[in-house]
Amino acid sequence: MSNTVRFTLDGHQVEARDGESIWQVAKREGIAIPHLCYSPEPSYRADGNCRACMVEVEGERVLAASCIRMPTDGLKVHTGTDRASKAREMVFEMLLTDQPAPEIAHEPDSRFWTWAHDMGVETSRFPIRATPAPDPSHPAMRVNLDACIHCNLCVRACREVQVNDVIGMAGRGTHSEIVFDFGDPMGDSTCVACGECVQACPTGALMPATTLNKAEVFKGKADRKVDSLCPYCGVGCQITYHIKDDELYYVNGREGPSNLNRLCVKGRFGFDYVSSPQRLMKPLIRRDDAPKSAENLIDPAAPLTLFREATWEEALDCAARGLKKILNQDGKQALAAFGSAKGSNEEAYLIQKLVRTGFGSNNVDHCTRLCHASSVAALMEGIGSGAVTAPFMAAKDADVIIVIGARPTENHPVAATFLKQAAKDGKILIVMDPRKHGLSRHANHHLQFKPGTDVALLNAIMNVIISENLVDQQYIAGYTENFEALKISIADFTPEKMAEVCGVDEETIRTVARTYATAERGIIFWGMGISQSVHGTDNARCLIALSLITGHVGRPGTGLHPLRGQNNVQGASDVGLIPMLLPDYQNVGDDAARQRFTDYWKIDLDPNPGLTVVEIMDAAHDGIIKGMYVMGENPAMSDPNANHVREALAKMEHLVVQDIFLTETASFADVILPSSAFPEKDGTFTNTNRQVQLARQALPLPGETRQDWWIIQELARRIGLDWNYTHPRDVFAEMAGIMNSLNHITWDRLDRESSVTYPCDGDDQPGNEIIFANGFPTPSGRGKIVPAELVPPDELPDDEYPIVLTTGRLLEHWHTGAMTRRASVLSALEPDPVACMHPRQLALMNIAAGEQVRVASRRGEVLIMARADRDVPEGMVFIPFCFHEAPANKLTNPQLDPYGKIPEFKFCAVRVEKTEEKVAAE
Amino acid sequence: MSEKTATPLNTQPPGRRRRGAKPKGRQVDMEALEQVRALLGDKPRRGDLLIEHLHLIQDAYNQISAAHLAAMAEEMSLSMAEVYEVATFYAHFDVVKEGAAPLPSLTIRVCDSLTCEMMGAAHLLADLPQRLGREVRVVRAPCMGRCDTAPVAEIGHRHVVHANADKISAAVSAGNFEPEMPIYRAFDAYRADGGYSLLESCLAGKRSPQDLIEAVSSAGLRGLGGAGFPTGRKWGFVRGYPGPRLMAVNADEGEPGTFKDRVYLERDPHRMLEGMLIAAWVVEAEEVFIYLRDEYPALRNVLITEIAKIEAAKFNIRTKITLRRGAGAYICGEESSMIESIEGKRGLPRHRPPYVAEIGIFGRPTLVQNVETLYWLRDIIEHGVEWFANRGGKGRRLHSYSVSGRVKNPGVKLAPAGITVRELINEYCGGMQDGHAFKGYLPGGASGGILPASMADIPLEFGKLEPHGCFLGSAAVVILSNQDSAKNAALNLMRFFEDESCGQCTPCRVGTEKAVKLMANPDWDEGLLEELGQAMADASICGLGQAASNPLKSVLKHFRDDLTFCKAESTT
Repeated sequence: MSNTVRFTLDGHQVEARDGESIWQVAKREGIAIPHLCYSPEPSYRADGNCRACMVEVEGERVLAASCIRMPTDGLKVHTGTDRASKAREMVFEMLLTDQPAPEIAHEPDSRFWTWAHDMGVETSRFPIRATPAPDPSHPAMRVNLDACIHCNLCVRACREVQVNDVIGMAGRGTHSEIVFDFGDPMGDSTCVACGECVQACPTGALMPATTLNKAEVFKGKADRKVDSLCPYCGVGCQITYHIKDDELYYVNGREGPSNLNRLCVKGRFGFDYVSSPQRLMKPLIRRDDAPKSAENLIDPAAPLTLFREATWEEALDCAARGLKKILNQDGKQALAAFGSAKGSNEEAYLIQKLVRTGFGSNNVDHCTRLCHASSVAALMEGIGSGAVTAPFMAAKDADVIIVIGARPTENHPVAATFLKQAAKDGKILIVMDPRKHGLSRHANHHLQFKPGTDVALLNAIMNVIISENLVDQQYIAGYTENFEALKISIADFTPEKMAEVCGVDEETIRTVARTYATAERGIIFWGMGISQSVHGTDNARCLIALSLITGHVGRPGTGLHPLRGQNNVQGASDVGLIPMLLPDYQNVGDDAARQRFTDYWKIDLDPNPGLTVVEIMDAAHDGIIKGMYVMGENPAMSDPNANHVREALAKMEHLVVQDIFLTETASFADVILPSSAFPEKDGTFTNTNRQVQLARQALPLPGETRQDWWIIQELARRIGLDWNYTHPRDVFAEMAGIMNSLNHITWDRLDRESSVTYPCDGDDQPGNEIIFANGFPTPSGRGKIVPAELVPPDELPDDEYPIVLTTGRLLEHWHTGAMTRRASVLSALEPDPVACMHPRQLALMNIAAGEQVRVASRRGEVLIMARADRDVPEGMVFIPFCFHEAPANKLTNPQLDPYGKIPEFKFCAVRVEKTEEKVAAE
Repeated sequence: MSEKTATPLNTQPPGRRRRGAKPKGRQVDMEALEQVRALLGDKPRRGDLLIEHLHLIQDAYNQISAAHLAAMAEEMSLSMAEVYEVATFYAHFDVVKEGAAPLPSLTIRVCDSLTCEMMGAAHLLADLPQRLGREVRVVRAPCMGRCDTAPVAEIGHRHVVHANADKISAAVSAGNFEPEMPIYRAFDAYRADGGYSLLESCLAGKRSPQDLIEAVSSAGLRGLGGAGFPTGRKWGFVRGYPGPRLMAVNADEGEPGTFKDRVYLERDPHRMLEGMLIAAWVVEAEEVFIYLRDEYPALRNVLITEIAKIEAAKFNIRTKITLRRGAGAYICGEESSMIESIEGKRGLPRHRPPYVAEIGIFGRPTLVQNVETLYWLRDIIEHGVEWFANRGGKGRRLHSYSVSGRVKNPGVKLAPAGITVRELINEYCGGMQDGHAFKGYLPGGASGGILPASMADIPLEFGKLEPHGCFLGSAAVVILSNQDSAKNAALNLMRFFEDESCGQCTPCRVGTEKAVKLMANPDWDEGLLEELGQAMADASICGLGQAASNPLKSVLKHFRDDLTFCKAESTT
């Protein structure tokens, strides 16, 4: 419906475009109408409650709120009549009555005070009322409802934009009040601290705690701001750093395609890790009297117990010398490197180039191996591409949304807002997860299947679709292959039989199968619940088959979307930080592909795939890998069977670690190179939606830290490579010169547009968000359907270890916690290691919530606090792997998926028992 | 219900979270969850039923504990904020947080709206707590729709009329807190009298919707809830929007001084119900919601009983009938607020346009009608358009006036439309009470303004009072005498609006609160009150805020003496 409305505004004929309110037209015409409850930002519905924007419409008895009134043809609107002006001024005078005086306003430059000053309303003649006391209960935000004008922007922020549903407007009339849950202190509520309300509040009633002094008054404006990106997850939120005295002051979301101004607690409040006193400021070299030990890790606040400070020259020389020595003595297979999915595309590209051209092997990998390696394996095999086929924003166009093995409200909170909005909008949301989570309440179905039975459940769903002939015959005929094999293989997986196996009743399986298959548009999201398993590739194959047989790929509102974890795991994989793949997923064994790179880099390349993350650690344990360069990764915490990994690291002859903190892995280093934190660097990052985005340096480098690209280059030079990059943009240009995926994307374009989706067909065209409308980049051009059989988890519970352990993240903590546990707000919100179990399970074991338990597996044990959490099914314990005091990965099973080489983080057998034992100081 | 001795659940206060021991925020108590599940049984967990479901807890436990409320949220897949804001919006839900003392099992509500206040509500409110002790909770409450028997109190769900402390004490001792049932014409009697044959002829296709629209239009039937919108036109509008369509009956008359709908329903409920089903047939409404105010518990029982009979007789085959229970909010008499409430939400008026005829309940085209409007439908068709239009003689209709205050015989007076208040007092109400001289009157309840005795010859008819800054509305006529202060009356009414403002828009939420403070001063700041009143009238979202300053403006205009007189007196 696109029609233009003509009406008269202050005597002039004007046109309203589709859906424009009187306020919006006036703004476009240069007429400023005050507004408080109306926010012109995306996703904010006009509510028309504050009445600050009243205008007069000829022939109407009362005034109209211009923010919510849609003009109609012939309407005669006057914005400046005495009656309208008087009403607006009275509204401000009423609201001003109970505000703190301007001198002690929480936010003197708030929208409220700015308009009040503009209108000349400075005082009120009305009697005042009692005002609420401040609520300082939350570590991140200050609640000062004495400044609240009940505009309900925070309610819309919390309920409609972020759909966290914590803030409400309780009571009635003059007793109306903004509440968290049941009128609880914010810090005691279910608030997830996304801070959307803080960004929306027009009065200063809700503000970031960092910006207020002890008297609850604003500390003053930021000196400058820099548009950049969030350093945490794969959503790739665009942010603006506000900087004061060269320190991060506060962070706001900006209008990136994947976040539309929204942020989560990590992105908005988790930035002060950069100024942690534990930040590494000088290069360090291991002291001669400090042997490596797998048991005793260093206190990251006291590096000099094991290390001595060094100059950059000395440290770099020492680092390079050690690597070269091993190369010369033991050959190229004795060296390996880990890059990081937290680094930029440029950094990742340089690391893999260093290994391939400097070390001479393909022994380079990164944490994608621990995340989505199996998803990528299945996707490459099935549809010839490891990336998502549609962005998560496509959920709004879908009719049915499946989320399986992913907990986006914790791990991709801003992506979750799009899913929750879609559900609120009436789209059918189907969640499948052994644990309940933040999406469950919004879902039409939550299938709480038994852990490890993904294939049983998904095959049963496909069995129903095929046996009831709900498949998309035309799509199967046109764009897929191997359907007949699936048909045969799936015949046995009846819902009757599988219900028993997966713990989801037959009727629900049938309903869900029919719902997804018969939907016009269906989209599937998945996460580590699918991938981190010995049958992770099979799990992903099932999802691919499910979407192929129903034709739910390649159209708006359809697709396959593995939610990528790290902020640049997509990009790091794209640029070849993978042992078997060169940039753009070119197989190292493919002679033609390798030749292209040989020509480009002017050096011969190893045709043999390198070792993967877990294999490298095993090889180190076996004494085959003797030296490593680890940039920004923390295998001592992130890899399964951590005791084994730590032994391997301790055995290493020469370990170079480049990081911003003395991580658990750095404990084993011979040389530590202090590098740049995210806000201190320029670089491009590729998010889960295939959006290549530009991060900009906001802060100067502290101490003697250096840019990561510079450090890599210095090492490269010292092992004989002739590198002369002067800035990340040089590296980007080199990447773009050989990677077709970066066609039409340049550094300058990114600087201009902030974000470009690949693949992109032209310098002035937006990238393609939805891909594979007409087949797939496979040899046959068809999507390959690969049937999967049942494979049980590697280590099943037994009498000795009767409980299933699953691991993952908490909302507040990122990966191994190196950054987030040093971010004061995040650490205050989730300070301690916890083992989450159902209250009934705890009761059964006579354990009270908050008591200490010992969780032990065949590989190790941890002492940890029990948390009563009804989301966890009975018979299971969930432990986040971010806590160094109780590393979940001491317990996990390193058994690998045969295709993706990803370990089974999501399933192993443990024993849980109450214990009084004190946690040993590390 | 209040005899039940179920113990309200009062679990641990939330306190400061011991970070780690549990996830964020209040956790659902498993025992409370089981109790809520038991109350809900197999009732659907749809969000629009939230208010109905909250009543179940309130009825069973005389309050809603935080534990039950959290359990309700989980059971209905709603967030805690969503249920809390609804529960705290409505006056008849008592939310008790963790750590707070449980409420007494018996609550007495004393009406302190204008007529009851004139008749001594303040004394009751002052005396009762001492007399009844801590076992009983005494609270002030807005108009209970029994102004002809003021003052009124409600003990549990039982009303005491012409109340005094002795009567109330006796009723408390008697221990029957169930509503007193009216004597009404039930289904069989109504049917024997030819009831539902008109509906049957409609359902059988013997009449056309167009015929009915023409008939009510010719008869001049207008909405009798207060707005006076021509009924035939409204039907035409609603039919003009694509279906499926819905209907709501507004049985939430809360305008202080108004009680006509209660009287008609207590007398002859099927006359309204048949009219309702006929109107639903005209607009092809799939479902009709009867939104009944919670102040009328007896009528709720009547309707539950009689609707079951209609269903048994299969008169509802085209239209599902759903009875919804208000929960103590005057604003829900405003049609869009009522629709919000039917959807299970707080009763916040919607912005217009769009009008509810186009986008109403669940976003569907909706016909909203007042009880009395529907009540006359059968008569119009059976007796003919002429009869209805000329029932008051001299070409005048009859109009129902709810008269209360200082007259000898208050009550619902069916009088010729356009009668003057002087005629109404003298010819229908037996004159003024002894010892009282006619001083002024409210022509249209709390919102319709106040006029002095000197203006007693204005026809009480739609459109005739507006030139004087007043309106007829639901024709709630409250008579003031020389013993009443118009200034105090205006303050009483402004307090009512302050209590009943939904709080959505600034002019009404802040305006009523500031106006009450200014008007409680012995000395009125007239200039500021004028300005404030104008801004409220111009800039409020709905009729409540727009009309809230009418009495204030009336006093400034017509009762100057009271202003100066009262300055010398205490305002109490």
